[in-house]
Amino acid sequence: MNYSNLIKIAGQALLQNKFRAFLTMLGIIIGVGSVIAMLGIGQGSKKSIQDQMSKMGTNLVFIVPASQQRGGIMFGNTNARSLKLTDVEALRRECQDISAVSPEVRSSGQAVYGNQNWPTTIYGGNDEYFGIRKIDIVSGRNFTDREIRSMAKVCLVGQTVIENLWGEGSDPVGLTIRFKNIPFKIIGVLGEKGDQSFGQDQDDVIIAPYTTVQKRILAIDYIQSIYTSAVSEDRTAEAIKEIEETLRREHKIKESEENDFRIMSQSELVTTFTSVSDILTTLLGAIAGISLLVGGIGIMNIMLVSVTERTREIGLRMSVGGRGMDIMMQFLVESMLLSIFGGAIGILLGILATKIIGSVMSWPVVVMSQAVILAFVVCTAIGIFFGWYPARKAANLNPIDAIRYE
Amino acid sequence: MEKTILEVNHLKKDYYVGEVTVHALKGINLKILHGEFVAILGASGSGKSTMLNILGCLDKPTDGEYKLDDVIVNGMKKNELAGLRNSKLGFVFQAYNLLPRTTALENVELPLYYNNKVRSKERRERAIKALEAVGLGDRIHHMPNQLSGGQQQRVAIARSLVNDPVVILADEPTGNLDTRTSYEILELFQELNDKGKTIVMVTHEPDIARLTKRNVVFRDGHIQKEFTVENRLIASDILKTLPVENETK
Repeated sequence: MNYSNLIKIAGQALLQNKFRAFLTMLGIIIGVGSVIAMLGIGQGSKKSIQDQMSKMGTNLVFIVPASQQRGGIMFGNTNARSLKLTDVEALRRECQDISAVSPEVRSSGQAVYGNQNWPTTIYGGNDEYFGIRKIDIVSGRNFTDREIRSMAKVCLVGQTVIENLWGEGSDPVGLTIRFKNIPFKIIGVLGEKGDQSFGQDQDDVIIAPYTTVQKRILAIDYIQSIYTSAVSEDRTAEAIKEIEETLRREHKIKESEENDFRIMSQSELVTTFTSVSDILTTLLGAIAGISLLVGGIGIMNIMLVSVTERTREIGLRMSVGGRGMDIMMQFLVESMLLSIFGGAIGILLGILATKIIGSVMSWPVVVMSQAVILAFVVCTAIGIFFGWYPARKAANLNPIDAIRYE
Repeated sequence: MEKTILEVNHLKKDYYVGEVTVHALKGINLKILHGEFVAILGASGSGKSTMLNILGCLDKPTDGEYKLDDVIVNGMKKNELAGLRNSKLGFVFQAYNLLPRTTALENVELPLYYNNKVRSKERRERAIKALEAVGLGDRIHHMPNQLSGGQQQRVAIARSLVNDPVVILADEPTGNLDTRTSYEILELFQELNDKGKTIVMVTHEPDIARLTKRNVVFRDGHIQKEFTVENRLIASDILKTLPVENETK
């Protein structure tokens, strides 16, 4: 029997009971739709992180104390004290491949203005801090050397802090806010950093001289991180080597000992975050894939019932000349039509769901064309695999018995 | 001399039911020529249905020879038998066996779908012609549940004609029909036979058998007797004498 006849026969058979066909396809529709949506969300988060990272600057290299890295994840325990201000000076003196360096200290607390307050984080750095982290100053000014030396109570504020204390678009330069009860005069406003990604809101910050944060807020003499900027992206590897040598010398670390610090470059961060994203995506995809499997089982179930119900019809088809192969192909094609058509609807709904979730939750989403193609291939395979057994059963019926089946 | 359409020599068929062997056919010799209208009669278990199944290439004989239109059938494989069913045979069953939720036209087209040589346009035309030949040219888009029993059987007969078979095999075609409708169907068969179609019909009703030209009586797996029907009845005459019971839709 030729292919167009085959598809027509299979199509006619399915159209005879549209509601049942729809119910059967439902499993596949939901399975495929959720796979597409899960992958879209997962991949979206990955892309957004990658975009974020590249906005941060590709020559960023930063150093943290070693104990913070044990989990493999940044910003853990900030109590380790291996980094000092003398390290910053040493790096500035001795490393040719870096163009700027700044210490960083930070503390979380309540920012208060009048009767408004907002929990946020204050970061302490030097005047090069803004350039290294690619933070724009859109109003007011950076701190002066004098203010750094005198632990002046001055700061610059980010857009989210402004939004919550004064309202979006305000310019609070000249006003005084309190952070952890210490008054800070606002000397500048930071530019917006853009979309939220999984992690901190980059605009929810106050930046002050590191000396101020170190002594007046934290009362420590060590520093929590060092931020540097490599001369260029190509020289990042060399910069990392120089930094390591200098710090090992400064910390008097012997040959056989491990570093008591950890150097991370922006590209390494990207790898870490994107691999976490990939794991997340894979997990979500696997869960959704299970529902796809269940959808396939549903198809097999209905096809088996269909074969039994249509035993007389199969006997009749054989009596007018349908061979075993014709019957088997008919049921296989029916099964494949269900799974492919269900898959197509699932893909459309999945894309729709992806976009809706993306806009409602303000999450970044990406529709992967590979996911769509993969979904189609998987659906075809499901149709063939789960349709096989019922189709074979149908083909092996004895026409004489089949035609008299009650 | 008319051509031999079906020829069966020393045909035997055994069934295995558990440990028991049932000898359904114990050596049948039968010849059916072109243009004949034969009724096969017999009680339950006489072997008449088994005979029809073998003639219809739905079953294979255990022993003996079967020639259909000069083709030796007994050694054939399943797929070859299916091909013969498609091209040389037409079936009419007691229970009509139409596809539900499918129009009369699509039902009649069904055998042509399994015929690779026929394209969709020709398929449709042949199906319409067959339906017209059985008097249902105005109901080609009706579903079976919109047709009476007699009309459904006519659709089945049209289906059996559509591949232009050498013989029509009918298994108790009037079993589910009332008296008047049964005679209407026999009238159709006689019409087709007058036009040259060879028809073999299994029945257990001697009255119906008197409308055919030859009767073959089976008993216990043998042919007990066969004879030409004297004073054959004509269905259209009988219909004139019967009261009109139901309205035709």
